[in-house]
Amino acid sequence: MRRATEEPAWLRWLLCLAAVGLLALFLALPLAAVFTEALRRGIGPALAALEDPDAVAAIGLTLLVAAIAVPVNLVGGVAAAWAIAQFDFPGRRLLTVLIELPFSVSPVISGLVYVLVFGAQGWLGPWLETRGLQVIFALPGLVLATIFVTFPFVARTLIPLMQAQGRAEAEAAATLGASGWQIFRRVTLPNIRWALLSGVLLCNARAMGEFGAVSVVSGHVRGETNTMPLHVEILYNEYQFVGAFAVAALLALLALVTLGAKAVLERMGGRRLESA
Amino acid sequence: MRRRDALPGLGLTLGITWLWLGLIVLVPLSALAIRPWELGLAGVWASVTEPRVLASLRLSFGAALLAALVDLPLGLLVAWVVVRYRFPGRRLLDAAIDLPFALPTAVAGLALTALYAPNGWLGAPLAAMGVTVAFTPLGVVVALAFVGLPFIVRMVEPVLRDLGPEAEEAAATLGATRWQAWRLVVLPALGPALASGLALAFARAVGEYGSVIFIAGNRPMESEIAPLLIVARLEQYDYAGAAALGLAMLLLSFALLLAFGLVQRWLRRGMA
Repeated sequence: MRRATEEPAWLRWLLCLAAVGLLALFLALPLAAVFTEALRRGIGPALAALEDPDAVAAIGLTLLVAAIAVPVNLVGGVAAAWAIAQFDFPGRRLLTVLIELPFSVSPVISGLVYVLVFGAQGWLGPWLETRGLQVIFALPGLVLATIFVTFPFVARTLIPLMQAQGRAEAEAAATLGASGWQIFRRVTLPNIRWALLSGVLLCNARAMGEFGAVSVVSGHVRGETNTMPLHVEILYNEYQFVGAFAVAALLALLALVTLGAKAVLERMGGRRLESA
Repeated sequence: MRRRDALPGLGLTLGITWLWLGLIVLVPLSALAIRPWELGLAGVWASVTEPRVLASLRLSFGAALLAALVDLPLGLLVAWVVVRYRFPGRRLLDAAIDLPFALPTAVAGLALTALYAPNGWLGAPLAAMGVTVAFTPLGVVVALAFVGLPFIVRMVEPVLRDLGPEAEEAAATLGATRWQAWRLVVLPALGPALASGLALAFARAVGEYGSVIFIAGNRPMESEIAPLLIVARLEQYDYAGAAALGLAMLLLSFALLLAFGLVQRWLRRGMA
């Protein structure tokens, strides 16, 4: 007999099918389109597009930008979580809101603000220019814009978790004479490592895939200031569709790996919480 | 004086946090608040009320709202199925929901354009029915709906999980049909989460750029989104004009979200 809080079997199946169909149409189909378009002329041209010197330079630049931006946000995010989750201080709520702020700002505006400060007619741009430092249309601008758009990822995964775990364990360690760094390494870090890794992963995926913000500060110089997503756009606008979709497919793979790793990490974190 | 805390590190971590926040976020954002006024009050007003600007703002905010509203029932359906039913592939489905979060926006834009172009897998049958998606405002809505869907699902999922069957059991015991229990017990409980999801999806969609510009066609007055106009002004070195439009967008979306939050609070009070 059917339980009173269950839908009839036909309705359950219908809803499941509708949800699966919806996601297939809405999510899987676009993904399939990327790979199909990339392999339209076989694997050869797709790989050739990835080995093109401009594509290689774009991949290298993307890796470099992420390799600078992610650690900066890792340090900032962990510091913010340590302060916000374990202490009470004036301005704590404000700080929490401000850290989330970059997520509610359009990517284009995230790039724009750096142009306003460091651009040719920016506050500091001309002054830095005379000292030989170019920020906009150069690596520093790309890095800054990327840090901005990925700013909240680590902090926002850690803060709720550390708040939920409380500070009793850390206090006990402090009473036993542990230094701050020792407490972090031996007590806090083991408790948050899966969430931390998950936050870093998401931060990295966004850093490598960011388009709008870096587009504004890049200047689009091939082989120099073009990241992978920008390279996709250039190829597409030049009707080099196989190349555009080949680079896009590489980025899509990154997204899939990130999603898979995130699912695994969540299960590991969940298991830890259950066993604790 | 404050009691000395047992835990060390507040000063150091707080210092790092404010430095990080200040240099990366607050100082650059202050430029957005200050620079438009180089044009003077009248200049700023003229700059953000040009017909082309107004058309782009209407499109960005209108399409974002429409897309979030489309996502609402779809997200609710997906969340319901993932939380309440057990079926093969459920885990995969659950992980796949975040795809729009993880997929670079340019890739999403390219994929959707290929899909909905007049010769695409979905575009061709739709064209046969007389519907053009790619390179029209409808394409903008499709792209924004893609980007916003996970926000609704991820807000509703935890609430639905915590809700448990007790309230529905009570409703059933009192003679409610399944539909009545769902409409009168479940849906109101999900109300706040749905509203938050709607706000998040909307906020994200308003500023969206990468996934839109490929599919939009970008014709002035018709399918040109506001962020694209910011880029166009920057390319002409019109910094103040770009900043004015950026500031207007930001203030407008904050005002809308604030109003939305107030309505939400009012609704919640009405329910309690």
